[in-house]
Amino acid sequence: MKLTGAQALIKSLEMQGVEVVFGLPGGAILPVYDPLLDSSIRHILVRHEQGAGHAAEGYAQATGKPGVAIVTSGPAATNIVTPLADAYMDSIPLVVITGQVATSTIGTDAFQEADTTGITMSITKHNWLITDANDIPRVVREAFHVATTGRPGPVLIDLPKNVSNSTMEWYWPRQVSLPGYKPTTKGHPKMIKEAAKMIASAEKPVFYVGGGVVRAKGAESLRRLVDLTQIPTVTTLMARGVLPDSHPMCLGMPGMHGNYAAVTSMQKADLLIVLGARFDDRVTGKVDAFAPNAKVIHIDIDPAELGKIRHAEVPIVGDVKSVMDDLFAELEPLQGHFRDISPWRKEIKSWQDTYPYSYDRAHEGPPLKPQMVIERIRDLNDEDTIVVSGVGQHQMWASQYWQFEKPNMWINSGGLGTMGFAVPAAIGAKVGRPDRTVWVIDGDGCFQMTAQELVTATTERIPIKVAILNNAYLGMVRQWQEMFYEERYSEVYLSPDLPDYVKWAEAMGCVGIRVVHPSEIDAAIEKANSITDRPVVIDFRTDTQEKVFPMVPAGKSNDEIVLGEDEL
Amino acid sequence: MNQEGNQVVPIGGAIRTPNEFRHHILSVLVENKTGVLARVAQLFSRRGYNIFSLAVAPTDDERFSRITVVVDVETAPLEQITKQLHKLVNVIKISEIDPDEAVEYELLLATVSADAATRAQVIELVNLFEGRIVDVGLTKLTVMVAASPSQLDDFEALIVEYGLVELQRTGRVALQKLGKPVVKRKQLKGRVS
Ligand SMILES: Cc1ncc(C[n+]2csc(CCOP(=O)(O)OP(=O)(O)O)c2C)c(N)n1
Ligand SMILES: [Mg+2]
Repeated sequence: MKLTGAQALIKSLEMQGVEVVFGLPGGAILPVYDPLLDSSIRHILVRHEQGAGHAAEGYAQATGKPGVAIVTSGPAATNIVTPLADAYMDSIPLVVITGQVATSTIGTDAFQEADTTGITMSITKHNWLITDANDIPRVVREAFHVATTGRPGPVLIDLPKNVSNSTMEWYWPRQVSLPGYKPTTKGHPKMIKEAAKMIASAEKPVFYVGGGVVRAKGAESLRRLVDLTQIPTVTTLMARGVLPDSHPMCLGMPGMHGNYAAVTSMQKADLLIVLGARFDDRVTGKVDAFAPNAKVIHIDIDPAELGKIRHAEVPIVGDVKSVMDDLFAELEPLQGHFRDISPWRKEIKSWQDTYPYSYDRAHEGPPLKPQMVIERIRDLNDEDTIVVSGVGQHQMWASQYWQFEKPNMWINSGGLGTMGFAVPAAIGAKVGRPDRTVWVIDGDGCFQMTAQELVTATTERIPIKVAILNNAYLGMVRQWQEMFYEERYSEVYLSPDLPDYVKWAEAMGCVGIRVVHPSEIDAAIEKANSITDRPVVIDFRTDTQEKVFPMVPAGKSNDEIVLGEDEL
Repeated sequence: MNQEGNQVVPIGGAIRTPNEFRHHILSVLVENKTGVLARVAQLFSRRGYNIFSLAVAPTDDERFSRITVVVDVETAPLEQITKQLHKLVNVIKISEIDPDEAVEYELLLATVSADAATRAQVIELVNLFEGRIVDVGLTKLTVMVAASPSQLDDFEALIVEYGLVELQRTGRVALQKLGKPVVKRKQLKGRVS
């Protein structure tokens, strides 16, 4: 069967089971958009290619399947660079297809030419420039394989226009052959035995659980392990929900804005069992002072993470789910012979009781306390609600105050910290999980970066709900200027009224609601929950002064955690 | 000519061959495809590692190329470098070659002033290093020497005396020495310390 390169591409995507792609056409990718008309694949037309990338990320995180975006060459390819970098940092499987100028004109500064594979080399797991239409099925197959196996991540296929226009004889490769790509998935048995011994005899162990466990779909295995060992467990920003917050052993988020018990348990631990986490500086604070007494068992699919920041006494390369299962099998027979860690649990419990997250609940308002808004949205929705956040104070409060009971319910930009992530990512999440309510907790600054994708949401009938915590500031930066720059506020004021978020929402076909007084919060949320045929935007007027606590100041040791305003 | 009294100051001689304690040789087998060298080179700069020298050519099997990289390991732990390199999809195998256990060779081409007075001396020097005269001009010679990097450093320090017009070195290629009872060629593939 003879196909054009473009037809072969679309057929290959169908073969990979792709149901949805996010994109926006243009010159170099035009041939690909024609066979798309005849395909079963749903295309969602975004308003900016950054939106396509983040939507694909949101889709991937909500479904566990790879997200796919198709854009044209040059400016479109550069517009999708941010989502690629974001997905690379947070290990999100993404397949991005970019158009490219004809092979005969590559290198001539042709119209809308950019060195896409060169630009994206360091922010993709791998990329391909296809120069022969016959390579298309093979490359697509390889691309999905690389994106979804090992440590997941984004890949990019650059497809010149003449290649998509030329013809090829259709085939579908039975298998992938990449001699240089063979991720280790099975952990080393000797190391796992060693790890089990250390776990059973530790006095102050902590599970330090990262996003890798979410990517490995390891929630069940983790839970079994925690139930067996009764070891206190922290879930990083990327891992929120992978162990239910209601689980008695769950301490919640560690790090710069983590709670006291999570931060301090790691500081005082004699053993850290690191599961799919990477010692991010936002977790460790000053590395030299991080968990100074702890031995480390580090389990990760990416060998380069082991020993990168912190030496591991027991490094184990492997799929974290598989290793957790093997570890469970090693530990189960030792049940009853574990060292008694109840004093340790008691100590941690006392920290939890003494230093919970707190804010001034008695404050009557207006303005609204942002934490209260989040708590109300939480309480008026069930645990199957997907929460997507932007980057800033609102993100930290969302992670702190939401109660996460399941994995893949919390979608945010952790590693890159990309403002503007939330609205498009929520669109992707809702497309992937139409059965779930999707709430965005966004900042006013973030919202302004990608809000136009709400036009996409309205047009495509993707009814997401957006709560803007409108504090009229680039709040997180304002907080740093207040605390570390003697309240010299430099370029952080945004204004609460400009833009008028309600009118803006309405202009984009959404329902717009403004909430100024605390008494209006519940009604607004309930109204938003009742609207299922279009997006809703609520402009919550929140307290400009409110800061995120606890806080470990940048570059400081986690021991120097600041609990609240009065400690400053 | 860089000359102060009788003391010869070789051009960059002191930094030409890295200190044996700081450098490592990585022999990286890669797929022979477009852009692979760019990926390897970019990885080094992206992760803040310094490449001291680099030589690349296809192997006897055309599907593969071998990149011989001399790394300045003070810029990053070698283990991180090799692990990050392994993450490149086109990288097949990485061997760390211990400089003490390796045969290392490098090629040097130099154009030297050689008038009637010095020509014989230059030729003698080249002969001493088992090199060859590859091009002859009226007042200049172009010479070629293939030797170990440190021998080339010596040669360079001497030849500079006669007035160097141009000099180019290739960067070393290396293979493990043969016939050792214990082959100390560290296999780094997919393994952790
Ligand atoms: C694209 C991008 N630019 C700049 C920043 C730096 N930055 C981090 S948080 C923040 C403020 C975010 O403001 P807003 O969305 O209003 O959230 P708030 O902190 O007020 O809740 C900024 C500017 C960033 N993370 N991303
Ligand atoms: Mg704000």
